[in-house]
Amino acid sequence: MRTLKFLLRKEFKQIFRNKGLLPMIFVAPVIQLLILPLAADYEVKGINISIVDHDHSTYSQQLISKVTASGYFQLADYGNSFQGAFKQIEKDKSDLILEIPQGFEKNLARESHEKLFVAVNAINGVKAGLGGAYLAQIISDYNNDIRMEWVQQLKFNPIPQIEVTSSNWFNPHLNYRFFMVPGILAVLITMIGAYMCALNIVKEKETGTIEQINVTPIKKYQFVLGKLIPFWIIGIFIFSVGLFIVARWVYGIVPVGSLLLLYGYMSLYLVALLGLGLLISTFSDTQQQAMSITFFFIMIFMLMSGLFTSIDSMPTWAYYIARLNPVTYFIEVVRMIVLKEAVCRHQKSFPDHGWFCCVSEWFGNLEL
Amino acid sequence: MESWKLKMENDQKYSQLSTIHSQFSIKMVTVNNIVKAYNKGEVKAVNDVSFEVSKGELFGLIGADGAGKTSIFRILTTLLLPDSGTASVNGFDVVKDYKTIRKNVGYMPGKFSLYQDLSVEENLNFFATVFNTTVAENYDLVKDIYVQLEPFKTRRAGKLSGGMKQKLALCCALIHRPTVLFLDEPTTGVDVVSRKEFWEMLKSLKQQGITILVSTPYMDEATLCEHIALIQNGSIMSIDTPYNIIKKFPDTLFAVRADNMGRLQNALRNNPQIKSCFSFGDFHHVTMENGKLRMENLVTSLKNDGFNDLEIKEITPTIEDCFMNLMDNK
Repeated sequence: MRTLKFLLRKEFKQIFRNKGLLPMIFVAPVIQLLILPLAADYEVKGINISIVDHDHSTYSQQLISKVTASGYFQLADYGNSFQGAFKQIEKDKSDLILEIPQGFEKNLARESHEKLFVAVNAINGVKAGLGGAYLAQIISDYNNDIRMEWVQQLKFNPIPQIEVTSSNWFNPHLNYRFFMVPGILAVLITMIGAYMCALNIVKEKETGTIEQINVTPIKKYQFVLGKLIPFWIIGIFIFSVGLFIVARWVYGIVPVGSLLLLYGYMSLYLVALLGLGLLISTFSDTQQQAMSITFFFIMIFMLMSGLFTSIDSMPTWAYYIARLNPVTYFIEVVRMIVLKEAVCRHQKSFPDHGWFCCVSEWFGNLEL
Repeated sequence: MESWKLKMENDQKYSQLSTIHSQFSIKMVTVNNIVKAYNKGEVKAVNDVSFEVSKGELFGLIGADGAGKTSIFRILTTLLLPDSGTASVNGFDVVKDYKTIRKNVGYMPGKFSLYQDLSVEENLNFFATVFNTTVAENYDLVKDIYVQLEPFKTRRAGKLSGGMKQKLALCCALIHRPTVLFLDEPTTGVDVVSRKEFWEMLKSLKQQGITILVSTPYMDEATLCEHIALIQNGSIMSIDTPYNIIKKFPDTLFAVRADNMGRLQNALRNNPQIKSCFSFGDFHHVTMENGKLRMENLVTSLKNDGFNDLEIKEITPTIEDCFMNLMDNK
């Protein structure tokens, strides 16, 4: 016990004396938490649209003003040739083309039927999909308006219509940051845990101090605990700073769920993650190697964690990879507890998690 | 020259004494037919090595870089498993009783391996604590060395000079009062004055009854040990006291000097009657084939070759001469 206490004291001394590492641990997460959620915004605004109007009628004018008034679209170009509009897309000045055919108003009035043409630049899939969908919605609204206008005359027989009103739960204003902040917080803890732990142990290998330690009566578990506990504490500290200072005062996110459950889960998660760091450190001899291996894992963990893309919409094989990924669970848990007041039985992930942490810990121990 | 002879006589007496002594004394380290190969058996780092070290002895492993010294040390300090053979330290097997050995030995690796970001004091305290002791408890053992470090005790270990680092490392290896001390190339990369000081420290430690195994690539340090093992390519070429090793040198050795040393070496090496010729500082050390050639003949033949300022004298071989000779015979 005395040995462990001394190992911990030594470890903290070393961490706090490392002038290069200290800001990385304590300042970088706060800055990232301030920048990333503001930048990583999924709401698509300011889509540039080119409108090709062959009709120049009242109806076409009405449609155009409805499109531009929606707030989603900026009129980049208004002309009467599709080729001209397409050039705008090629120059990347516009994302969408709406072509209104000649005789739009006439055909609509006479035959109650007309076709519009929409061309979308689909290089950015999200923008294309959302832009197309917004436009389609505006057009169908417009369509309804026209129908209402005509049908008003037949007051006795109104057209039955289903109106949809939605109510947004847990994030009533559809604030994207509410979704991103807990996720990014989870990722930051992941990075700090895995990187710092792996690098720290490999550093002992690099400087040869591990040799010196090996010839002492320090037991393996003491050495491992001496390495894990400091980063476990630092991880929890950073998470708390992120949650109670940055998320609370900058983004106004107040966790609604049980803090005890959140911290309990995080304690377990950090053990798993530090275990991964430990495992990586046993395979690498230099900090450079450790850095590369950790980077590889963190990259996969992050992109397959549901931070940016929903894992439910992944292909089946990818879904299963994501299900093996501890970060997936942690992000989910943090989001659910912070935003939704989830309780333990909502979380199916505990067994998976325990499994992961046991395996990595065991391997790490074995190799060291 | 007189003092040299006196030293040799002393050494001789001492050598006889220590031979008698070693027959009765306790063996602190025994190594039996240790083999260690790397790269799946391609490189034999340690090849069938056996030796014994008695209690309170200063034992030197002398060999060039890559001779296998570090591997032997790592096996003895339980950091490396031998492929075959047995070894014991203080009566404990290096494989089975590695835990006991780790409590009782001090190891100072060739590379400085203390925490560079901890201060001198903190390093020493740390190592005392992990061995479940305190600095105060064994201060008498490290006192002579630590007083030199005292003025820098709050300085980070990484900021110390090379010689100071070595002293600190030695303190840290000693702080738990080990029975056997392993020093892997402690004087490599250290200046001449610090080297000398370091050997003085080892001598005083020996008087405290600590058995010391030291490895070094510097042949001049060999005479400072009581017993030495000369190793080359993982095998021991000779184990004895430095005096006996020198005594076993088979030929008469001459030192030769002339105005053009480079040409002289070629001339000597091309002479069929010269057995060996190695360059040693200002002189070439030369042995003759079967002792046939007389010194006078050599002088005449070299003078005929046009060498001026010729100087030839018979000398007592050094350990380095013995090492070269043993290597040549292999």
